[in-house]
Amino acid sequence: MSFQPVKFYQTGTFTVGNRLLQPEERSVQASAKRYNSLNSGHRACQGCGEALGARYAIDAAMEACQGQLIAANATGCLEVFSTPYPQTSWQLPWIHSVFGNAAAVATGIAAALKAKGRSEVRVVAQGGDGGTTDIGFGCLSGMFERNDDVLYICYDNGGYMNTGVQRSSATPPAARTATTMAVGPEPGNPFGQGKFVPAIAMAHDIPYVATATVADLRDLEAKVTRAMELHGARYIHIFVPCPLGWGTASFDTIRIARLAKETGLFPVFEAECGVVTAVLKIRKRTPVEDYLKPQKRFAHLFGEHPRVDIIARIQAMADKNILKYGLLAEEC
Amino acid sequence: MAKPFAITLDPGSSLANHTGSWRTSRPVYVDRLPPCNNACPAGEDIQGWLFHAEGGDYEKAWRALIENNPLPAVMGRVCYHPCESACNRAQIDAPVGINSVERFLGDEAIRRGWKFDPPPAASGKRVLVVGAGPSGLSAAYHLRRLGHAATIHEAGPLAGGMMRFGIPKYRLPRAVLDAEVQRILDLGVTLELNRKVANIAESIKAGSFDAAFLAVGAHIGKRAYIPAGDATKIVDAVSVLSSMEGEDKPMLGRRVVVYGGGNTAIDVARTAKRLGATEAVIVYRRTREKMPAHDFEVEEALQEGVMIKWLSTIKQAGEGSITLEKMALDDKGFPQPTGEFETLGADSVVLALGQDVDLSLLHGIAGLEIKDGTVQVAPNMMTGHPGIFAGGDMVPSARTVTVAVGHGKKAARHIDVWLRGTSYAPAPKHELASFERLNTWYYTDAPKTVRPQLDIIRRQSTFEEVQGGLDETNALYEARRCLSCGNCFECDNCYGVCPDNAVIKLGPGKRFQFNYDYCKGCGICVAECPCGAITMIDEDI
Repeated sequence: MSFQPVKFYQTGTFTVGNRLLQPEERSVQASAKRYNSLNSGHRACQGCGEALGARYAIDAAMEACQGQLIAANATGCLEVFSTPYPQTSWQLPWIHSVFGNAAAVATGIAAALKAKGRSEVRVVAQGGDGGTTDIGFGCLSGMFERNDDVLYICYDNGGYMNTGVQRSSATPPAARTATTMAVGPEPGNPFGQGKFVPAIAMAHDIPYVATATVADLRDLEAKVTRAMELHGARYIHIFVPCPLGWGTASFDTIRIARLAKETGLFPVFEAECGVVTAVLKIRKRTPVEDYLKPQKRFAHLFGEHPRVDIIARIQAMADKNILKYGLLAEEC
Repeated sequence: MAKPFAITLDPGSSLANHTGSWRTSRPVYVDRLPPCNNACPAGEDIQGWLFHAEGGDYEKAWRALIENNPLPAVMGRVCYHPCESACNRAQIDAPVGINSVERFLGDEAIRRGWKFDPPPAASGKRVLVVGAGPSGLSAAYHLRRLGHAATIHEAGPLAGGMMRFGIPKYRLPRAVLDAEVQRILDLGVTLELNRKVANIAESIKAGSFDAAFLAVGAHIGKRAYIPAGDATKIVDAVSVLSSMEGEDKPMLGRRVVVYGGGNTAIDVARTAKRLGATEAVIVYRRTREKMPAHDFEVEEALQEGVMIKWLSTIKQAGEGSITLEKMALDDKGFPQPTGEFETLGADSVVLALGQDVDLSLLHGIAGLEIKDGTVQVAPNMMTGHPGIFAGGDMVPSARTVTVAVGHGKKAARHIDVWLRGTSYAPAPKHELASFERLNTWYYTDAPKTVRPQLDIIRRQSTFEEVQGGLDETNALYEARRCLSCGNCFECDNCYGVCPDNAVIKLGPGKRFQFNYDYCKGCGICVAECPCGAITMIDEDI
């Protein structure tokens, strides 16, 4: 057996920073000189997962291209809370057109840059799950199949939150929204509907597809950095809890995202050219109740007459993900 | 300025929008008291010195350690580490090996010849310290650091007290003790050996001292009446252990019976085994669970072949043998005689039934209160006689080296204010950093490092040190297992997880600051702080 020096840094890469690591090994967010692409003063709710995820992702993208970045933004919370006229929180060139065309606008920017020979300037498009999986899906699929040189980032909070929490095609089964009320024998969003866009993106055989959560910064930053190394159509789907729409405490945002990953309900992986290349393993396997219970949108599953049948169906979804993506570490 | 169609305002930054006005409660940084620090009888800031060790700055760690305890290499060997019993990491995997890191730092200091900083300008006050045990040495050290002159009068031929004459060499090599004592003496402490104080009042007067600290220890072995013939040798444990330091080793014979159940009983039995006894038997009247000796020492003794007779008392000692009576525990857990007897071969019986204090030096001193053979002291360690302070084994307390060192420090601080005519107000204790305050997700899984042990054959025949130390690589690993409970260790989590960029990073060693202009009070920083160093407080609305 060869000698292996012990590398142990107290918190390793679990925390945002780590004073025991070499500066080049630290995260972008740990730097006092980070870009803060989404600046203070934005009007997102307390504990907004999307605001956090957007700063994490765009700061990493800015770092990867020395700040030479243009963003196109779909309509949604992110656009509304960051740019109430005449203020903006964005510290990079940023454009909003309409709800469904962020991918197409970004394609146009990329084409213009190519025409001008500005190869150093990179393009990112971003939107919520409504603007991505529902309304903007045609433009997105087109961007993918043409392999346009755009990184598209979707912040998935499972619904139309700024218009009053309506269902989207990313809303999970059994969740209560304004349009899927918790009434009847099958309360909340029906099972068997909706879609998982990362899998659809992979079906386009584009260079890079990844999922991430706001609970694992180092993983998220590594994926954005990897995506920025590549050219062509790339897609990152970031899981961002919404305290308002989900009925969670504002301080619980990161814990909820962590539970989504640890239960297996949200698989965290990356894929290149349609093939899964890496999976973030579950560290402490957790039953789905732990994830569902703190959320008021699932409150009807608990209480005096708990709907164990529905909880079991949600657990089955998690188990299927665990099997499908191989989310368990060897020793688990 | 010409504006595009339908545009009337210049673009502005959202920084103009102070979202801090939304807040109903605010996060604030706090320092909480880590459970290790809370449990340390010597009052060490363990989390504080581990912080420096984590970064690999061992000298800084050692200097932080000696702020409170001048004997880290000794402590890293003989302390029963209540800190580790209290450690929050025990609830994750196993407690941090604080004791082994402390020993590493102490050994490193000896190896590299680190010295104490020179004492400050002389105050002109002189303090007499009676006894050069852990308490007296600690007091002298702290008094020097406060600018006072310290003179130790020691009755014995060498400094160290019970560390030398009570603790066997296989637990504390004398070279280590000598090095740490010498470092204290180098600070300008005067040590007068073979100088027994017969009357404290006279000694104070003769030396024109301004105050005195008494730490004479408890060196008189308690006796129990055992009907015995002339042939059986009955000795006490303290004399056996102290004679180990001289030229003539005690003659205990092949079959040694030790009577008692404390750490001293274990020490004597293990010593007897090393001196060549074929049988070393401890006789104790209660069960292992009730034994006051520490479990790991009992375990080590059993490994070395020491035998223990539980639930037994010595009824009589005859020629070459003793008679034991078996005991049974009653409903209240007290041992009661059963009337069953057995005979055990024995060449000598060693009594390890506790120790008494020689209080003869206090004869005729006004105002003293003596209870149960110990001197009563006020919370400031002063006896009923103004200017005479006391600590260590001669005052009521758990009789360990660590407690004694703590007494010495505490007494020195109070002697200082007493001499200066000021008052000493200890800093208010922070709230305890309980396990529930931590977010343990963020700590890497890491089992405790096991310290090497001397092989069993050498443990039965020599006085070489049993417990090995850590080297630099595993000491660093062990230090980094610290969770830094209740005290910021600059992991950048609060700075990173704030959705509003409302945390300002002040740079290495300077921690962080909240920007309340933008903090919305969501509390994510509190929830995601690994060590529980942030709390939410309500805003006045």
